[in-house]
Amino acid sequence: MLVNPKLFKTSSFRLSAIYFLFFAFSTAALLGYVYYNTSGLLERQTEDTIRAEVLGMADQYRERGIGGVMEVITRRMTDGDSIYRLQGPDGQLLAGNLPIMPGTNLSDQLWFDFPISVGKGAATSQHTVRAYHVELAGEYELLVGHDVQDIRKFGDIIRTALYWALGFSFVMGLTGGLFMSRNFLRRIDGITEASHGIMAGELSGRMPVTGSGDEMDRLSGSLNEMLSQIERLMQGMREVSTNVAHDMRSPLTRLRARVEAALRSSDKKEYEEALQSTITECDSLLKTFNALLSIAQAEAGQTRTDLEVLNVHEILQDVAELYGPVLEDEGGTLTLELEPELPVKASRQLLAQVVNNLIDNALKYGADEKTGKVDLVVSGRRNGNWVEISLIDHGPGIAEADRDRVLQRFVRLDNSRTKPGNGLGLALVASVMTMLGGNLELKDNNPGLGVVLRLPSHTTVV
Amino acid sequence: MQSQNPTWPELTTATVPGTPLNMRILVIEDDRDAASWLIKGLKESNHIVDLAGDGEEGLNMATNATYDVLIVDRMLPLLDGLSVISKLRAGGMKTPVLILSALSDVDERVKGLRAGGDDYLAKPYAFSELLARVEGLGLRKLLDPKEAKLRAMDLELDLMSRTVTRGGKPITLQPREFKLLEYLVRNAGHIVTRTMLLENVWDYHFDPQTNVIDVHVSRLRSKLDKGFAEPLLQTVRGAGYMIRAR
Repeated sequence: MLVNPKLFKTSSFRLSAIYFLFFAFSTAALLGYVYYNTSGLLERQTEDTIRAEVLGMADQYRERGIGGVMEVITRRMTDGDSIYRLQGPDGQLLAGNLPIMPGTNLSDQLWFDFPISVGKGAATSQHTVRAYHVELAGEYELLVGHDVQDIRKFGDIIRTALYWALGFSFVMGLTGGLFMSRNFLRRIDGITEASHGIMAGELSGRMPVTGSGDEMDRLSGSLNEMLSQIERLMQGMREVSTNVAHDMRSPLTRLRARVEAALRSSDKKEYEEALQSTITECDSLLKTFNALLSIAQAEAGQTRTDLEVLNVHEILQDVAELYGPVLEDEGGTLTLELEPELPVKASRQLLAQVVNNLIDNALKYGADEKTGKVDLVVSGRRNGNWVEISLIDHGPGIAEADRDRVLQRFVRLDNSRTKPGNGLGLALVASVMTMLGGNLELKDNNPGLGVVLRLPSHTTVV
Repeated sequence: MQSQNPTWPELTTATVPGTPLNMRILVIEDDRDAASWLIKGLKESNHIVDLAGDGEEGLNMATNATYDVLIVDRMLPLLDGLSVISKLRAGGMKTPVLILSALSDVDERVKGLRAGGDDYLAKPYAFSELLARVEGLGLRKLLDPKEAKLRAMDLELDLMSRTVTRGGKPITLQPREFKLLEYLVRNAGHIVTRTMLLENVWDYHFDPQTNVIDVHVSRLRSKLDKGFAEPLLQTVRGAGYMIRAR
C-alpha cells in the first residue's frame, strides 16, 4: 500500500499516534505491574527462603558444628526443588544433592544462577537454579539453591505478552490511524475540492454531505446554507449591476449621439438644444443614482437619527393634499379614508416618499382601462398591532406571477418603457418598509392593484 | 421637469429683471475646478465673489470681512465645513450660510442645519438652483420678518388676517396656497425653483417624479390672474417661477 505522506500530517493521524503512545504506555505499565507482583515476587520469596535457610544453617554451625549443618542438609534435601552442597576444604562433598560445584573460586556471599539437568534419559531438560554461596569459617563452602525454572518461564511468558501487546497496539494504532486519517482526509479533500470549484466561479457548487449526520455533515450543512445565502446575494448583486449597466447605457448612448450630432452641425441653436437635452439626461441619471443610493441606505438598515413618532393620519393628509390636484387635473380622484390616531415610529420624509412613489405609480399605471382616469383610494387604519396604509386603484393591476419581481430594482412591467421612470420606486418602498420593521403586500383589487403597507403601531398615542 | 406654457413669457436666468442685489459672497470650496465655474456664474449674475480654498482660510476671511452670503462646502481641508459654520455662529456671526455637500442623506441635511447652516444643497446641483437659493438667502436679510403686509406689484398679502387682495379685489386661497404665495412674494423679483418650493412650502426633501409643483402653481396662477390683463406669476424656463416685484 502506497501511503500518502499527507496522511501523517492530518490531525486524526496525530491523534491516533498520541492514542497509541498512551495505550502502549498503559499496557507496559499494567504488564510491568503484573510482572513485578508475580514472577518478581516469587523470585524474591525464593531468595528470602534461601537466605533464611542459610541463616538457619549458620546458627546450626555455631551451635553444633559442621555435623549439625550436614544433618540439616541431609534432612531437607529429600523434599522439593531445593539444592544443597556443603563441601570441605578439599572440595569433597560433605552433604547435599549437588555433586559438583558449578564453578571454582566462588566468592563469599554470592548470588548466582546456574543450569542443571533434571530427569532421566530422553526426558532430561535444563533447569535454572538460583543459588547462594557462602563460606563457613574459611574452611567449608555452602551452596543453597532453588530450581526457579517455572518462575523464569512464567516471567518469560509475561515479558513475551508485553512485547506482543506493544507490537500489536503499534500495528493497530498505525493502521487505525492511517485508516481514520484517510477517511477524514477524503472528506476534507471533498470539501476543499468543492470550495476550489466555488472559488473558480462555480457558485452553485455545494459541500459533499454523506447523510450520516455526523459532525462533518453538520459542518458541510451549515457551509451549504451559507453558500446558498451568498449565491442569492451574489445573484442579486449581479442582477443589479447588470441592470445598472443596462439602464445607464441607454441614456449615455442617447446623450453621446445627441452631442455628436450637434458637433457635426454648426448651428448655434442646435448646440443649445443639445446642451439642454444633455442636462435633462444628466438630471435623470442623477435621479436614478440618488434612488439607488436611497435604497442602499435603507437596505443597510443603519439606525436613522430622524426616526420619530408620527401620526400616519397627518402624513397621508399632507401627501394627499399635494397629489389631489394632480389627479383631479387628469380627471381622476383621490379619496382619503383615515382613522384619526395612527401612531408609528418612522421618518416623515421616508414615509412621505414611500407614499409619493406609490401615488406616482398609480398615476402612471393605475388608470381605469375603460375611462382612462385614475381613481385612487388612500386609506389608513389600525389592524391589531399594525398600522395599515393602503392604496387602491382600478387599473390593470399586477399579475400574481410578477408581484415579487416588481419589487426588485429596475424591474418595469411596461416593456415598451414609454412612461418615464427608472424602475426603482417600488424597490425603494420595499426596502424602506423592511428598514422600518414593516412589510409590503401587493393585492388584487379585481380589477386594479391594492398596495398594503404595514408598520408596527407605536403603543403610546401621539 | 420642463413645463412649457407658451402663453407666458419665457425668461432665462440672465435676463431676469429685478436682480440689483450685487451681493458679496464668500465661497469656501477646495475643489478649484468646481469653484471656478461657481464663481464665474455668480459674477455673471452681478455678484462680488471671494474664494477660500480651505476651512481655516475660510474662517479667517469670514471673520475679517463682511459678506452677504457664505457658500460652504461640507468637506474641506484643515477645518471641516460644519466646524467652520459652528465657529462662526459661536462668534455671533448671523450671515446666512448655504451648505454644499456630496452627501444627500436627510440625516446629513439635518446635521448641516443644526450646525448653523440656513440651507443645504446636495452636489451635483444645477447652477440656477444654487443661484436662486443664494439670492433667496441674501433677500432674507432685507426683509423685516415682523412685517404684517407683503406686496408685489398690485398684490398685497396680509400675514395677520391671512388674506390676499390684488388691485383691491380679494382673492380666496387655501392655507397651502397662501403659504406658496407668501414664499413667492417674499422672494419677489427672484427666481424660486420647484425644489425650493417643495422644501419650504411642503417641507419635503425628496424628488417627486411628477410635476406636482407645476399643478399647484398653475392653480394659484389662475386664481391670481383671473380678471387681470397682466400676468403676475411667471414661469422661468429651466429654472422655476417668479413673482414680479414691480
